Amino acid sequence: MLRFTFRRLLQIIPVLWIIITATFFMIRFVPGGPFTAEKAVTPEILRNLEAHYGLDKPLYRQYFDYMGSLLRGDLGPSFKYPNRTVNEIIGDKLPTSLELGFISLAVALVLGITLGTLAAIKRNTWLDYVCSSSAMIGICVPTFVLGPLFVLTFAIHFQWLNASGWYGPSDRILPCLTLGCVYAAYIARLTRGGMLEVLNQDYIRTARAKGAGELRVVFKHAMRGGLLPVISFLGPGIAGILTGSFVIETIFQIPGLGREFVNSAFNRDYTLVLGTVILYATLIVVLNLVVDIVQIWLNPKLKFE
Amino acid sequence: MVSLSPSPDRIPSPAVTPEQLETGNSLWHDAWSRLRKNKLAVFGGVTLIVLGLLCGIGPFFTQSYQTQNLDLGATPPSAAHWLGTDTLGRDLFSRILFGGRISILVGLVATFVALAIGVTYGAVSGFFGGKLDAFMMRIVDIMYALPFTIFVILLMVFFGRNIFLLFFAIGAVEWLTMARIVRGQIMTIKKMEYIEAARALGLGKRRIIFRHMIPNILGPIIVYTTLTIPAVMLLEAFLSFLGLGVQPPMSSWGVLIKDGAEKMEEFWWLLVFPGGVFSLTLFSLNFLGDGLRDALDVRSSKD
Repeated sequence: MLRFTFRRLLQIIPVLWIIITATFFMIRFVPGGPFTAEKAVTPEILRNLEAHYGLDKPLYRQYFDYMGSLLRGDLGPSFKYPNRTVNEIIGDKLPTSLELGFISLAVALVLGITLGTLAAIKRNTWLDYVCSSSAMIGICVPTFVLGPLFVLTFAIHFQWLNASGWYGPSDRILPCLTLGCVYAAYIARLTRGGMLEVLNQDYIRTARAKGAGELRVVFKHAMRGGLLPVISFLGPGIAGILTGSFVIETIFQIPGLGREFVNSAFNRDYTLVLGTVILYATLIVVLNLVVDIVQIWLNPKLKFE
Repeated sequence: MVSLSPSPDRIPSPAVTPEQLETGNSLWHDAWSRLRKNKLAVFGGVTLIVLGLLCGIGPFFTQSYQTQNLDLGATPPSAAHWLGTDTLGRDLFSRILFGGRISILVGLVATFVALAIGVTYGAVSGFFGGKLDAFMMRIVDIMYALPFTIFVILLMVFFGRNIFLLFFAIGAVEWLTMARIVRGQIMTIKKMEYIEAARALGLGKRRIIFRHMIPNILGPIIVYTTLTIPAVMLLEAFLSFLGLGVQPPMSSWGVLIKDGAEKMEEFWWLLVFPGGVFSLTLFSLNFLGDGLRDALDVRSSKD
């Protein structure tokens, strides 16, 4: 177990290195730089700007400089926001995105596991059909349709909530519900499938034969095995929620890192793009590792594969 | 591109012997009759055919999606404009049909790219096995962990929003699962007698893979293809919604939804109809895919 964790940790390093290097060079080989959009910059000013940010050095020097400061945890200055570093911008915007992501994930898990378990216990009854078809609807209505529809209904028609912004707790409801719903739908399907498989197994019959109550059978005995597919979905699910937040932050005008990333890509703010890509990649790769470890911890069978 | 509705008289491979031909037939035949009993799958299939015909032929009969009528402006659904008009007075119904062409085209072409890469990669990996297999699958594992959506966004931003690049970028992201499924299937059939026989006849490796193995694992490939198309269309719409996908004057369902979301406060129909049609398409594709999976009894789960 420890060896496995250690080996996987070591694997992260080359993966991240490839991501960083690929992104670095991809950005540099693109026509147009961060200062091309600025109107009427004289050649001298442009040269000064480039010298200021080290863009006049040969490419390999820029690369080594960047990697060097990255190892010290410094992501460099932003090209578009004068006098601000990428670290500051990320520190400013990341908490908002993390809050959005965590609440959405919680919504997805609670909603998905509840619906999926209900559907599995009451298999082939109307309750199952309601849960299963709402899961299917959740999968097929994308966030960028669902979000505006929620706004249309709850903010514009009923005027219960704000259409956009990120101030009070009530502003969290619509964005987190929108982002959570899609993943709740996937989780509900996986839970239903996993629970159905487990509920037919001998050890569940044994538990019932021993006289364990239905609640105890479901929560104590079946849940642990039945939720394994959900755990393995968490890796891609978290990645999806992180990238899904780009759209959610655009729809609800939330000042988070996702919106900043899309804007910085449009603005060719090299350092900010690189910084956010590195951050997202690290988050996703590390969370995937955590999911893998939890999975093995819960399901010893996997150890031998 | 493989046919999505397996017809009963379709011969799986030109290289099978008469006995295998018969079992092959009955397999597809059984699958077809099982599929027909699945009401949701039939509903999905019929909806897709209707939508495909509407988008394919419809635009020849409606007015051009570009015809502007600025005096008219945005009007709610009426007899003249079934789904209303947008702020430039363009007929929404014909815009949805035109947008559908692009969305469906992206869905099919990018899926085909993913299919070609995934099937070849998986087949090679499964066929040769050993160290090569371990190495190739390790790469797939690592790529699974990468934030690909972010890379597609970067590609689209930096290299112009070219529609061919879009096909390629999406296809290059979606092939991983197909590769895993194909590899698993190839591993199970590679020890079978008819492959042994093909080898004994002295056929080349490429011929064995593409003429003898792949036709025999068409079932899972078809199923997963049907499930890849909605994923691809979703990614296209996601990019278009961020303004990174299909560019005006071309339009896709993602673009229409983006426009609709911007103007929904006054003109709800601009959001509701494109969003509804898009969701209906995803719905149908998923139901058809699920139905096909049950019909062809593919054991592998969706992931």
